[in-house]
Amino acid sequence: MSDRKITNILVAGIGGQGVMTAAEILAQTALAQGYDVKKTEVAGMAQRGGVVTSHVRFGEKVLSPAIPPGEVDILVGFEPAESLRWCSHLRRNGVAMVSTTRQEPPVVSLGLFEYPEDPVAQMRAANIRMHAFDAGAIAAGLGNFRLVNTVMLGAISEYLPFSPDVLKNVILERFRAHKPKLVAINEQAFEAGRAAQAEN
Amino acid sequence: MTTLNAVNPLASGERLFISGNEAVARGAWGAGCKVMAAYPGTPATEILEYASRMPEMYSEWSVNEKVSLEICIGASLAGSRALCAMKHVGLNVASDALMTQTLIGVGGGLVIAVADDVGLSSSQNEQDSRFWGRFAHVPVLEPSDAQEAYDLTRFAFDLSEQFDTPVILRMTTRICHVKGVVGTSQRRAHNSGVGFSKDPARLVMIPTNAKHRIPLMYQREEKLQRFSEESELNLLKDGSDNRIGFVTSGPVYMHLQEAYPEAPILKLGMSYPVPIGKIRDLASRVEQLVVAEEVEPILEGEIKAAGVRVLGKEILPRIGELAPQALRPAIGRLLGEAPSVEEPVPGHPLADVPEVKVPPPPPGSSLFPRPPTMCVACPHLGIYYCLSKIRNKAISGDIGCYTLGAGHPWNALDTTICMGASMGVAHGLDKGRTDVDKDQKIIAVIGDSTFMHMGMQGLLDITYNRGNVTILLLDNRAVGMTGGQDNPGSGRDIHGKESPRINFAKLCEALGVKPERIHEVNPYELPILFKALREEVKVDDTSVIITNQPCVLVDFYAAKPPFRVEDDKCTGCKNCLDVGCPAIYVTRRETVVKPNGKEKELAFVRIESSACTGCNLCPSTCGPDAIVPVENFIRH
Repeated sequence: MSDRKITNILVAGIGGQGVMTAAEILAQTALAQGYDVKKTEVAGMAQRGGVVTSHVRFGEKVLSPAIPPGEVDILVGFEPAESLRWCSHLRRNGVAMVSTTRQEPPVVSLGLFEYPEDPVAQMRAANIRMHAFDAGAIAAGLGNFRLVNTVMLGAISEYLPFSPDVLKNVILERFRAHKPKLVAINEQAFEAGRAAQAEN
Repeated sequence: MTTLNAVNPLASGERLFISGNEAVARGAWGAGCKVMAAYPGTPATEILEYASRMPEMYSEWSVNEKVSLEICIGASLAGSRALCAMKHVGLNVASDALMTQTLIGVGGGLVIAVADDVGLSSSQNEQDSRFWGRFAHVPVLEPSDAQEAYDLTRFAFDLSEQFDTPVILRMTTRICHVKGVVGTSQRRAHNSGVGFSKDPARLVMIPTNAKHRIPLMYQREEKLQRFSEESELNLLKDGSDNRIGFVTSGPVYMHLQEAYPEAPILKLGMSYPVPIGKIRDLASRVEQLVVAEEVEPILEGEIKAAGVRVLGKEILPRIGELAPQALRPAIGRLLGEAPSVEEPVPGHPLADVPEVKVPPPPPGSSLFPRPPTMCVACPHLGIYYCLSKIRNKAISGDIGCYTLGAGHPWNALDTTICMGASMGVAHGLDKGRTDVDKDQKIIAVIGDSTFMHMGMQGLLDITYNRGNVTILLLDNRAVGMTGGQDNPGSGRDIHGKESPRINFAKLCEALGVKPERIHEVNPYELPILFKALREEVKVDDTSVIITNQPCVLVDFYAAKPPFRVEDDKCTGCKNCLDVGCPAIYVTRRETVVKPNGKEKELAFVRIESSACTGCNLCPSTCGPDAIVPVENFIRH
């Protein structure tokens, strides 16, 4: 990935899952590495259960803030159906990091629409290069569902044009500054994400 | 590098990673701006939120955009620099002030930052604010990223004072909500050296005075025209590929550079008055000239009127963003390049699908939508539950979260036009009714903030003209849709400091509603709410039912222990699903045959206890009492 000028990361999920925070951490990390960075914050009505996506682009000089369809290097999917929704935006050799924790919207629960039976299988059938694992279960296993964010960042850390420890340190610094009690557990979550990526 | 939330003006002079909205606030601060005012509106809301953290500036939430502009006009005339911010439709409201303010000019620099919602992420239309520059004969500046939002905001104040004109800073969602690296500098003291100077011939716009100001406005426009031709704001980025030259403004400049890095691009940082001379120069040295603008063909029309051959909306989408994926197919065809089969079909509704073998739909393309929903425990849920049960009604709605009442499962909102329109539209539905609707009940639904913004006048009109409308005034003490900003109904100002809280019951009474027709109800107490609603729609008079529970997003909302469903008691009646709370999930469905032979569909439910805030609304819809509190619950 380091041979390309711009790295394009699309973070996708649902309002409240930490999509914006994950994108902000990625952007801050890239900035600290000396890259030019642009990040969209278009969330529409995300606070009300809608789709949230954030585009993070970094490189020597970033122009358009929006990643054109077909040019996503890394898709960070916080939900399997949302990953399926955006996977066609991946580059041919791009990679999808998918949390399999399902979140059905009310329109599905009410019977107006169907939730796809197996979004991950559909992506595999489309030859998408991917890692899929239940980040929600990993986070819950560590005692807090909100660690999903750190788990997902750990999982993509091997695919970034800088070392995983760089990203990890940015995350841990944020907690050191505001919630020092959570530093250790976030480090565990990050490493658990890395391990999940390696195993899946 | 600092993070987004820590706005510390003292840190200025650094390179910051900030959004276009924050850049405008910082740019204004840097220019020595003293007064900033706005009514919240996506995508411009954060401009004032950031400004409010900068103690050197006075900042406020105004009750509407017109008032915010009038405050800034006053501040400007008092000798200070002032900026008002609004979303595109806000300038419609403020335009009455703008259209005459342009005649009088400014004291301190006056900037109107207006944000167009290109792509309609959160708006009722996609109007193009650049028209206002032409209409009001004032210059329009258009940043293409966060850095330019900062630079142009600072510059706008100088331009305003130099030419004695208000300046429109036209943003779009892709500027407002995109973060980039922005170099900033220190706050400059602005001292005009003069205070308010009385000058009725200039400031009192009666016909005899206004008449003399109009020629001055036109002279100013001519000077601005010359400035636009000379200014470096309108800059040619040269390129080696002369097949197509582009004229553009705003974020499209970045999209074009991304898609066509070798093309010459004339980028208009000041897009009105239009630098026709520069455009003519570019046209003479490229094979074809294309104007790429979001969203209306405004530059295009003016360039064509000047006799310059140019292509625009004949080939480019008329609506939505001109992102690279919207530009490439159209420009590719113009260049005679075969569209790449690998390229995903653009989602743009007006983009022609290239005539190639249609590739299979990409995975995920037929997926369920995730439309916005009302929040778990939203105080509006009970309102729409009751409204959905009223027969033979027409409901005029308004702008806010409650517009979602038009959707499933309530389908209980019939019109939405603009801020405050629910009042007048309801009155018109009543007065204009034909015989087929003679027994129809007319209901209006409006939120507290929208009511104060532009709804009060409509209510006054209804009472003055002896109308017959049942009004639901949903007072949730916040501007909910834009994130829970304070307003005169919340009793707090933009800094969270206490301020007088409006009394809606008294206000409605003062506006002519009879005291016995005004009811204050708790929207979580369904029987009382439903009774009030049923009674008032029968009364041949104007009534107001005011709800009194806060938005669940405000900081003082207190969650209670959640509920759960006892499986063996749930009969699958689906009544609780009519509430529309997103914490209630269907676990299984069954079809049963009733004794009369008709089929009935049952749906059994569960409540997501981690999301439920115990608002106690759904238990009253449950006949078999299957919804019970979770015992010994500890909220994390």
